[in-house]
Amino acid sequence: MARTALFGSSLVKKYWMALTGLFLITFLVVHAGVNAMIFWNDGGVTFNMVAHFFGTNIFIRTMEIVLFLGLIAHVVDGLMLWRQNRAARPVKYAMEKGSASRSWYSASMGILGTLILLFLIVHLWHFWVKSRGIVGSLDELPLDPEGQENLFALMVQTFENPIVVVIYVLGCFSLFWHLLHGFKSAFQSLGLNHKRYNPIIAAFGVVFSIIVPTLFALMPVSMYFGWIQ
Amino acid sequence: MSTLDSKIPPGPIDKKWTDHKGHIRIVAPSNKRRIDIIVVGTGLAGGAAAASLAEMGYNVKAFCFQDSARRAHSIAAQGGINAAKNYQNDGDSTYRLFYDTVKGGDYRSREANVYRLAEVSANIIDQCVAQGVPFARDYGGLLDNRSFGGVQVSRTFYARGQTGQQLLLGAYSALMRQVGKGTVQMFDRHEMLDVVVVDGKARGIIARNLITGEIERHGAHAVLLCTGGYGNVFFLSTNAMGSNVTAAWKAHKRGAYFGNPCYTQIHPTCIPVSGTHQSKLTLMSESLRNDGRIWVPKNIEDAKAIREGKKKGSDIPEADRDYYLERRYPAFGNLVPRDVASRAAKERCDAGFGVNKTGEAVYLDFSAAIQRYGKQQANMQKVENASPEQIRELGTAVVSEKYGNLFDMYENIVGEDPYKHAMKIYPAVHYTMGGLWVDYNLQTTVPGLFCLGEANFSDHGANRLGASALMQGLADGYFVIPYTVGDYLADDIRTGPIDTMRPEFDAAEKEQKDRIHHFLNNKGTKPVDDFHRRLGKVMWDKCGMARNAQGLQEAIVEIRRIREEFWKYVRVPGTANEFNQELEKAGRVADFIELGELMCMDALNRNESCGGHFREESQELDGPQQGEAKRDDENYAYVAAWEWLGEAGKANLHKEHLEFNEVKLTQRSYK
Amino acid sequence: MGNMKLNLKIWRQNGSNDKGSIKDYPVNDVSEDMSFLEMLDVLNDDLVRKGEDPIAFDHDCREGICGMCSLFINGRPHGPERHITTCQLHMRKFKDGDTIYVEPWRAEAFPVVKDLVVDRGAFDRIQAAGGFVSVNTMGNLVDANAMPVRKADADKAFDAAACIGCGACVAACPNGSAMLFVSAKVSQYALLPQGRPEARERALNMVQQMDAEKFGNCSNIGACEIECPKDISLENIARLNREYLGATLSRE
Repeated sequence: MARTALFGSSLVKKYWMALTGLFLITFLVVHAGVNAMIFWNDGGVTFNMVAHFFGTNIFIRTMEIVLFLGLIAHVVDGLMLWRQNRAARPVKYAMEKGSASRSWYSASMGILGTLILLFLIVHLWHFWVKSRGIVGSLDELPLDPEGQENLFALMVQTFENPIVVVIYVLGCFSLFWHLLHGFKSAFQSLGLNHKRYNPIIAAFGVVFSIIVPTLFALMPVSMYFGWIQ
Repeated sequence: MSTLDSKIPPGPIDKKWTDHKGHIRIVAPSNKRRIDIIVVGTGLAGGAAAASLAEMGYNVKAFCFQDSARRAHSIAAQGGINAAKNYQNDGDSTYRLFYDTVKGGDYRSREANVYRLAEVSANIIDQCVAQGVPFARDYGGLLDNRSFGGVQVSRTFYARGQTGQQLLLGAYSALMRQVGKGTVQMFDRHEMLDVVVVDGKARGIIARNLITGEIERHGAHAVLLCTGGYGNVFFLSTNAMGSNVTAAWKAHKRGAYFGNPCYTQIHPTCIPVSGTHQSKLTLMSESLRNDGRIWVPKNIEDAKAIREGKKKGSDIPEADRDYYLERRYPAFGNLVPRDVASRAAKERCDAGFGVNKTGEAVYLDFSAAIQRYGKQQANMQKVENASPEQIRELGTAVVSEKYGNLFDMYENIVGEDPYKHAMKIYPAVHYTMGGLWVDYNLQTTVPGLFCLGEANFSDHGANRLGASALMQGLADGYFVIPYTVGDYLADDIRTGPIDTMRPEFDAAEKEQKDRIHHFLNNKGTKPVDDFHRRLGKVMWDKCGMARNAQGLQEAIVEIRRIREEFWKYVRVPGTANEFNQELEKAGRVADFIELGELMCMDALNRNESCGGHFREESQELDGPQQGEAKRDDENYAYVAAWEWLGEAGKANLHKEHLEFNEVKLTQRSYK
Repeated sequence: MGNMKLNLKIWRQNGSNDKGSIKDYPVNDVSEDMSFLEMLDVLNDDLVRKGEDPIAFDHDCREGICGMCSLFINGRPHGPERHITTCQLHMRKFKDGDTIYVEPWRAEAFPVVKDLVVDRGAFDRIQAAGGFVSVNTMGNLVDANAMPVRKADADKAFDAAACIGCGACVAACPNGSAMLFVSAKVSQYALLPQGRPEARERALNMVQQMDAEKFGNCSNIGACEIECPKDISLENIARLNREYLGATLSRE
């Protein structure tokens, strides 16, 4: 296969966008699933157990590298598309009624993606670098009642700050809009469009876009308000 | 007097074309590379010809004034394309298509050409299907047919209401394939301004690059004009805004005879003129006459009240309506041929029965069809005791299914719901049967100058049948010219490239530059359209649906005055070296004015009524056919081919006598 | 007859090298029966009489089929109505006193020629790269009915073939993408047995040319479908995506 065929054309860029996007979506499911363990409301015991398993499993750790690569590919590919798309319309309209023919979020994937990326940096700084012992470490926190590393405590501590909570909620909002278009868009990019199944994909996309970000947003909110302890 | 040689091959009519192809000279593949051909116009005829000739190995240069070859006005044809395939097993044959076309043309076309057209018609469908043209199909996956006016078989192939578009895009895709290969050089946004004749042969053209304004010289061993009809001489017509006669007219001025210029087809079902701002007229497909009934009020007071807005069409009770086509032509009713339907509408409106503000409109009413279909549906859907509203609703749904897109278009333009109020329609100029005179090989009287499609005069006589224009354009382009041009070019294999620095090119270029210079420095006061509108009105009033000697003589005087004033008072803004649409229009209108005069001269000369040409002096005075057109076969069974004599209004008439060996001349009757 | 007053804001640009700007043209006596282009005709007539340069705009058939008219009217290609071209838009859709912006299609691949006229030659070049079935003119092809085509496929092919190449899709797309145009052509041929043999090469070649013309990338926004005067479906873009993916993966 020619190199240009893999990287060059606008369509191949879209395939990568869709594939990496769907891959990141699967990560979201896992991530949301793991973190939802806090809702057992058992002082983080279950959550810490699962988190520990995921943090030490060799397969998961390998996938983490793939995940980062996927994220970087998604971001870089997105930036390339964004740059080309801007260049394709160098002169703007004096008067443009975009609302008549498109949703604002479908035409703002670049901005939404950038917001999510900024949020991710903050988020990684809060949790990932510490849990992996890159800057600081979980050792600074007391162990949980079962004697496990206490990632849960780090969450509780982090979400004591209302500004952080607001940032997380906004991040989840960006994710919601990004997914609302991105989910079904990925299918279309891969050519998966069929009159019979389109409504199902669309409906599933909407439900997914609502449930996952809501679940994520509920975490800092419920911790801040002390619904989970 | 005549110098015309139509070069019809000898032999029985069904062998002529095959024998001719077998005997004419051809150019060997290696020599085709040394030959350049210019094709002007990229509609069905031009697009098909340019693609086919390039495939054969010639170097082709194709020109169009639009921004892309795909926009030629063939694209607007709605109904369909005829072909003698006999897929419906209803007795169709090459002979029957030939016969229908000659009869439909009111016996004023050349038998040999028409037979060839019918002969190659079936190939056209094969070719287009192979190109991926999405014709309508039935549930078995085979091609579908519909019937059209003036014939008794179903031989019309169609692609919804956009047959012209689909066929043109087929030809355009073939053309673009050659452009991609480099065998065709495409010059879009280029307008041909003159033919260059060297030693009696067409050797190139002068063209203007419409973006930069540059005047360019292009040399070639043969020039093909595929530039369409000249209906826009009437200002208002169903033609595209840019459709013009310039290429054909300039060829005429360089020695090509103009055949039957007065033969104009007026289509009966168009949306009427709404005001002085009107720029063009829109056709409503002939198919509407299958279900619509045409009428005007019986009483002149009712018509007056409608015009004044005091009454509506729906206020007129059934008994007070005059379904004049059904009354006059009981056998064919609303489905009489185009020329007959148009004249009948004009007759009623002239008598004061018109139903819009201008008095020039008749009703095309679907209420009866809505009732009929509604009751049918109510029965089929087992609706018991259906209310009138229910029936209306059910019937409207059926009509919408059949003609929805046309009804929508009507509502867009007129702003009135045609499901509720009867449509208003009036005839409009649609097609010109006349054009450059060509022989059997499609060559004009200038050697090396060929003319294809609507631009030539050849196949439709005095009236064209529906769905035959597309057939002719593609037949000429795909299946006639690729053979016949070779016979001419066989002499040119040693000629070498045409030198465009010759004095003939200098002179032609200078002439065009001088003309442009005149327009831009004229210091006039009136826009080009002023003159075009005036010309159109004279043509429509006096050389339109009905003509008489006095009117035509007056028209000639008036057109001369318009011409003089045009050159004196026209104002063309801008400069020569830029995109200048007013300048484009000025050149086209100058040619239309000269053509208009020739059309009137031709109409005056032809003191008979035939097809689209109706001379009031020549109608049946009594008997059952009273008021109908009357042909004069004894004196006028000829093609009038006019030779330019150096200035507008001076032309020499040459006659090509038409011989009818296969078809017996009779009067067309639709009573 | 005229009864509307309008304030037109029209893009004027004297040639491709000029910078261009919006200029105001108040017009009176606009009749609601006029088409939008006829309204511009009347304005131009007036400008010529006053010795000013008339506004250049593309138009030809004025029946909504040739695809030559363009115009971005009040923020939308072909104006506020759906499923019609500018030439079919009539003034009764506007109100007395309205301000109307009129701009050319905006895309890097569609440079302005003059005023409202743009160069859409890129579409022709894309077509020349593969928008055809490679069949020469022949007098002895197989009979048209030798190969039946499923009616559903023939109908879908027609839906795609209805594209008039006006460029509204590109004008509407915030990315300036030509995917709807390209996919309509690819789909028409991909759906018909006559076009199948070269379907893969066609998809590859047309997309390559599309990219070379500097059109933007499709991000499935869908504005093109909404603004298309011929209602060309996004389904076609998905089909092109499929065709191209298959072609890329199977390329040797």
